[in-house]
Amino acid sequence: MAALDQTQVKEGVDQETVDAVREVGGAYKYGWETEIEMEYAPKGVNPDIVRLISDKNDEPEWMTEWRLAAFERWTKMEEPNWAMVNYPEIDFQNQYYYARPKSMEEKPKSLDEVDPKLLATYEKLGIPLKEQMILAGVEGAENAPAEGRKVAVDAVFDSVSVGTTFQKELKEAGVIFCSISEAIKEHPELVKKYLGSVVPVSDNFYATLNSAVFSDGSFVYVPPGVRCPMELSTYFRINAENTGQFERTLIIADKGSYVSYLEGCTAPQRDTAQLHAAVVEIIIEEDAEVKYSTVQNWFPGDENGKGGIYNFVTKRADCRGDRSKVMWTQVETGSAVTWKYPSCILRGDDSQGEFYSIAIANNYQQADTGTKMVHLGKNTKSRIVSKGISAGKAQNTYRGLVAMHPKAKDSRNYTQCDSLLIGDKCGAHTVPYIEVRNNSSRVEHEATTSKVDDDQLFYCRQRGMDEEEAVALVVNGFCKDVLQALPMEFAMEAQQLVAISLEGSVG
Amino acid sequence: MLEIKNLHVKLEEEDKQILKGVDLTVDAGKVHAIMGPNGSGKSTLSYVLSGRDGYEVTEGSASLGGEDLLEMEPEERAAAGVFLAFQYPVEIPGVGNMTFLRTAVNAQRKARGEDELSATDFLKEVRAKAKALKIDADMLKRPVNVGFSGGEKKRNEILQMAMLEPKMCILDETDSGLDVDAMKLVAEGVNALRDEGRGFLVITHYQRLLDHIKPDVVHIMAEGRIVKSGGPELALEVENNGYADILAEVN
Ligand SMILES: Nc1ncnc2c1ncn2[C@@H]1O[C@H](COP(=O)(O)OP(=O)(O)OP(=O)(O)O)[C@@H](O)[C@H]1O
Ligand SMILES: [Mg+2]
Repeated sequence: MAALDQTQVKEGVDQETVDAVREVGGAYKYGWETEIEMEYAPKGVNPDIVRLISDKNDEPEWMTEWRLAAFERWTKMEEPNWAMVNYPEIDFQNQYYYARPKSMEEKPKSLDEVDPKLLATYEKLGIPLKEQMILAGVEGAENAPAEGRKVAVDAVFDSVSVGTTFQKELKEAGVIFCSISEAIKEHPELVKKYLGSVVPVSDNFYATLNSAVFSDGSFVYVPPGVRCPMELSTYFRINAENTGQFERTLIIADKGSYVSYLEGCTAPQRDTAQLHAAVVEIIIEEDAEVKYSTVQNWFPGDENGKGGIYNFVTKRADCRGDRSKVMWTQVETGSAVTWKYPSCILRGDDSQGEFYSIAIANNYQQADTGTKMVHLGKNTKSRIVSKGISAGKAQNTYRGLVAMHPKAKDSRNYTQCDSLLIGDKCGAHTVPYIEVRNNSSRVEHEATTSKVDDDQLFYCRQRGMDEEEAVALVVNGFCKDVLQALPMEFAMEAQQLVAISLEGSVG
Repeated sequence: MLEIKNLHVKLEEEDKQILKGVDLTVDAGKVHAIMGPNGSGKSTLSYVLSGRDGYEVTEGSASLGGEDLLEMEPEERAAAGVFLAFQYPVEIPGVGNMTFLRTAVNAQRKARGEDELSATDFLKEVRAKAKALKIDADMLKRPVNVGFSGGEKKRNEILQMAMLEPKMCILDETDSGLDVDAMKLVAEGVNALRDEGRGFLVITHYQRLLDHIKPDVVHIMAEGRIVKSGGPELALEVENNGYADILAEVN
């Protein structure tokens, strides 16, 4: 009866969500700032800055060279402009590329040594950096799961990783989970082998810039046959002003292994826009499986479209081995501009890729997001479920590529792409690209666009819910297929976010 | 308890008068039935009382227990005790029936300053009430009204009513589309809720329902007005002779 139990827990969750939303009241709840002494590299980017970042991280020479080569390439590239997003030109020389709390100069040896201010920051964000059970937090005896679940956290603050929990327990299982800067020093053979092997240095403008100036991020290696004993998560916080965040994540699931990885992000509320350009690479060997979930809640800019994060992210999973499997789940509620297409390279025979996405754009937000499913191996399968919600004056674009290569015989794709409009000043766009180059494969695409239905809202209100509660309920229903794909803790957070992001969108 | 005086309502969007002076008082503990030809304004009356958009009250008043309903938001009216069993219950994809119920119950409790029902108590109550209406566990989990048969939708409305325990229950053709057994279940559901603190306004086209739910008063509505009121025998008259005689008489 596992399925039944789960449903009941979710039943409880919805209520929690609504309560949490009521309590939160205000719009963006992570908009506060940590007062902390910072150390910056000089503004702008050039080979000296690249060297300095490499030096701050104590990197070996090969890494510095790798970065410099990337920088060299980047200077010859142009910013892409094909996405349906509009933003003022970014002055790449008027940004800081490296910012770290002074207290992190000497890398703390354990969490006990971390600056209390930093710990307090994560505490306030609801991410306690303690090795404790994270309780699913649903009250009511019947609904609560019997025991809590462990989640290991790597906390990244501006340019540096503050600390990683549960390191010892993970080590015993053979799992490596640390900051990428640490991995470069401690596990150079793995980093050398895999870094840039999924997203090549020259991949695209932002990924190339990231390759040159990435400061930190997370590294995961799960050895053959190991099922990672807990969820892994990285929490990114941009705090410093005028500072770009360029994190780099590398996840390797060796043969027959399994890991579920969560990523969360927030930033203070500021008038000026900030740049975030991350790269995530995932390598999945034979029979291995990776689940990657994101709840992206960067500051979206205010209701007049001022400020916010420009989010240009390259995420790609390479299903190298036969029967390997990857599942991307994303809830994109934040950022002023989102440019993001988590992709699956289905190289191994019988490999599978799934992409579940909720993208919410309110006020002046612009989201251009989707996925790429590149079928290379035989009998590969992919599934795309995208739910786009637009409110206010926002523009929301789903852009997706499904490519069946000649050798990808008997492969299948199913795409379902639904858009929901709240009000009449927003827009939803669907841009599917489909390339089928063999005749035994099948691609199915379904798309719908609908408006939040007044009759549904009235029905909810007649039963006692206020308008915002009603919208939250209806929209959460619209997103259900995706919310269900998220791990429990994130599902709750995501439901709240859906509600919060839509505040002020009706009435 | 429910007091409607000289209520005139037109459509907001166009110049069309639909209610043309409705007068109606429902005392606590009483069941009133409204019958009347198609298009006479019965559903409109129920929507105006519950606060749906699209209508403009040009004259008259409506109050519940002395409180002016027309000034309130729909959710405030709900919390004050107005419940409408919809003629066409609305589907909400992806939202579990149980979630919907619980959110509604707790929203109303909160609005009235009461504590929320604990998950356990809530489940117990829903299960018991669902059972009485022969609504199975599967239907409670399915999305609200999605793929429900016509009769299942109507029973689901009665389940919501039973959970919300409103003061003023307005049932808009809850009997349409019900088979004989389901009609009995619904009637039992309604009768179980009958008590001296609660009023009912039952809109129906058929005497059949009124065999099971004995009304105290029957009204005939025509062209936006209540043209005749009487005892249960009035419903029988309609059943046997249609509206022609009654309408001729009032004209
Ligand atoms: N939004 C609307 N736009 C146009 N006409 C409307 C609207 N709402 C109601 N009407 C009209 O008002 C009149 C009354 O409608 P209403 O639904 O209240 O009738 P009813 O008595 O409930 O009928 P039935 O027995 O068929 O359910 C009808 O002529 C209907 O067409
Ligand atoms: Mg009607």
